[in-house]
Amino acid sequence: MTHTPELLAPAGSLEEAQAYLKAGANALLVGEDRYGMRLPGSMNLDHIAQTVELAHRQGAKLYVSLNNLMTNELLEELPHYVKQLGRIGVDAVEFNDPSVLKAVKTCAPDIRLHWNAEMTSTNFSTSNYWGRKGAARVILARELNMDEITEMKPSLQIEAQVQVHGMTNIYHSKRQLVKSYMAHQGRPVDGDSLGKERGLFLVEAERAEEKFPIYEDINGTHIMSSDDICILEDLHVLLEAGLDSLKVETLLKSVSYNEVVLHTFRQAIDTYYTDPEHYEFQEAWMERIRSVQDPERELSFGFFYKEQVY
Amino acid sequence: MGAMVQPLYKGKRSRLDKPELLAPAGNLEKLKFAVRYGADAVYIGGQKYGLRSNADNFTFEEMKEGVEFAAKYGAKVFVAANIYAHNEDIEGIEEYLRNLHAAGIAAIIAADPAIIEVAQRAVPELEVHLSTQQSTLNWQAVQFWKEEGLPRVVLGRETSLQEIAEIKKHVDIEIEAFIHGAMCSSFSGRCVLSNHFTDRDSNRGGCCQSCRWKYDLFEEAPEESSAPASFKPGITGIPLFQKQDHAFSMGSKDLCMLEHIPDLIEAGIDSFKIEGRMKSVHYVATVVNVYRQAIDAYMADPDHYVLKPEWVDELNKAANRPLNTGFFYDTPDHEDHIYEPEEKAAPYDFAGLVKDYQVDTGMAMIQQRNYFKPGDEIEFFGPEGTFFKQTVGVIQDEHGLELDAARHPLQHIMMKVDQAVKPYDMMRIQRK
Repeated sequence: MTHTPELLAPAGSLEEAQAYLKAGANALLVGEDRYGMRLPGSMNLDHIAQTVELAHRQGAKLYVSLNNLMTNELLEELPHYVKQLGRIGVDAVEFNDPSVLKAVKTCAPDIRLHWNAEMTSTNFSTSNYWGRKGAARVILARELNMDEITEMKPSLQIEAQVQVHGMTNIYHSKRQLVKSYMAHQGRPVDGDSLGKERGLFLVEAERAEEKFPIYEDINGTHIMSSDDICILEDLHVLLEAGLDSLKVETLLKSVSYNEVVLHTFRQAIDTYYTDPEHYEFQEAWMERIRSVQDPERELSFGFFYKEQVY
Repeated sequence: MGAMVQPLYKGKRSRLDKPELLAPAGNLEKLKFAVRYGADAVYIGGQKYGLRSNADNFTFEEMKEGVEFAAKYGAKVFVAANIYAHNEDIEGIEEYLRNLHAAGIAAIIAADPAIIEVAQRAVPELEVHLSTQQSTLNWQAVQFWKEEGLPRVVLGRETSLQEIAEIKKHVDIEIEAFIHGAMCSSFSGRCVLSNHFTDRDSNRGGCCQSCRWKYDLFEEAPEESSAPASFKPGITGIPLFQKQDHAFSMGSKDLCMLEHIPDLIEAGIDSFKIEGRMKSVHYVATVVNVYRQAIDAYMADPDHYVLKPEWVDELNKAANRPLNTGFFYDTPDHEDHIYEPEEKAAPYDFAGLVKDYQVDTGMAMIQQRNYFKPGDEIEFFGPEGTFFKQTVGVIQDEHGLELDAARHPLQHIMMKVDQAVKPYDMMRIQRK
């Protein structure tokens, strides 16, 4: 195996971008809430342009999220926005809606396309379909297990990205569910934010130990997993399978937490590629992550080793 | 391919001259009732690739029978093949789709290109309709699927009437929209609550409806607070509810657009879709019956169309959740969600099914579906507007033996009816 996978982190500001690059990320995902989704921060074009410069100076890639579910209204702005992204030199955009495919092909054909349909990017055949439509990479659903990922890799005609750490989105509605609930209770929302910074969470009666973060933004209501994926122990399986990009989800975490996680994954990846045959997972790496982990959030393998039924 | 482009209707319609009424059919009996009560098309699930893995679902043999029955009434049968496939599902798609075509199925409703592409290559005669699971909300996305060769797109339930009209203006394609029934409160396909809570894959038919469960809402206690409010061992947080408050829920009221038929038609929606493959035959017959009458009344004389209050009454007899208009006019708010204890039973029961009627004696043979007895107030309804109320008189079994009550499911009961009835007419009774 010759190519080293990239280590990707979403960044919400120029400062975060700086910190994550320093911690070992060599690809960043940024964007604006209007076109992207569930970003740690919304960045305008100027800030994105500065981040592109920063990333490129350090030999890193810069991707922009355009994976919102587009409306007729957004279509009118999309070509202009995409043209600007092309002008400032972003390396790729993430998309789900076919309208983005068209905008990029016509307005900024040099930008690569990464197909990210969240929980619905579930098989090789559909990934290759979007590949034929112009996508260079698939961001695989977090609900796939390890066998599905490693088995499909050889059948993929495009690059594949997998999330290796952090929380995942488990529900997205266009409805303002928290605001509605508050109104139903007669509890004024006032100026109080219902956004990411508020720290809202849900607890289900039979799962009293699990906290599911919930927040609202211009794209509706988002509910997140109660656990944080951490595949560090079995990272070598993904590396052996030849995945092209490993994503650390930074959403709803502090910068210092994300730095520790990125740094640890960077160390593990570099250790592996120094001598793949003698690579061994080191418990100290895991200890480092555990030492910053919120004790009320479990570190788990996500769906990597789960059997799902239907 | 789909229907021909027709002359504009009232300057607006551009595809189907008259909207199609598309009904769910969870099994063969429901299919027959949906068709008999006026559905122009029904959608069903097969043994694989559908999103209702707990439903009865059709064998190919049953599909064949359903298609033949529907054809007698000029109706079509569609099959939902709307999962998001995993690698292991890919093999077998082609054979399955060939079997659907052989059974006479007119179209599949699919979300995943892995299924769409196989259908187009292997069984080009089988129409492919893009499922609502793709959450298609804008005209360029619709245009994309048209260019991919799809004659119809089922829009995401988040599209407003105005957006639908814009889509129709930009793209010459059949547009299908849900107009009645239960709704995902999430963007369709964008919910894995079920996967997380019960390891059941919602996008392959395993949804356990966790959005309708009850939750408590908290906010994180500030770190500097010395004694964080603790409510459960191991978890800290400040409750955003009082003891007497209802719990948080994502559950939505059910969609009902009966009172807005003219708007739906004038927006150019080609297919009016009713949700509910898991619903009862009584529900399907009642809902289809009402929408059939409303659509026909509007199409017959749009300028003098008025909503009949009895249609609304009829619908409410089958409803088991409060109703609203979804995203058609505005984004739903606190009045559009269900926080109260859920799932009241529908106010009426399906009491019996007319199997036969003797004109000379006025006697009907009724197949029992729920308990009833002499003296009960009942009502009969049927296709083409049959409707009357009466009191149950003397009832007998098939051998003429008088009964004090109809107790046994599927038992044949003989009773005198006040007006002529016919097979497929139904008898319902108010729940006590």
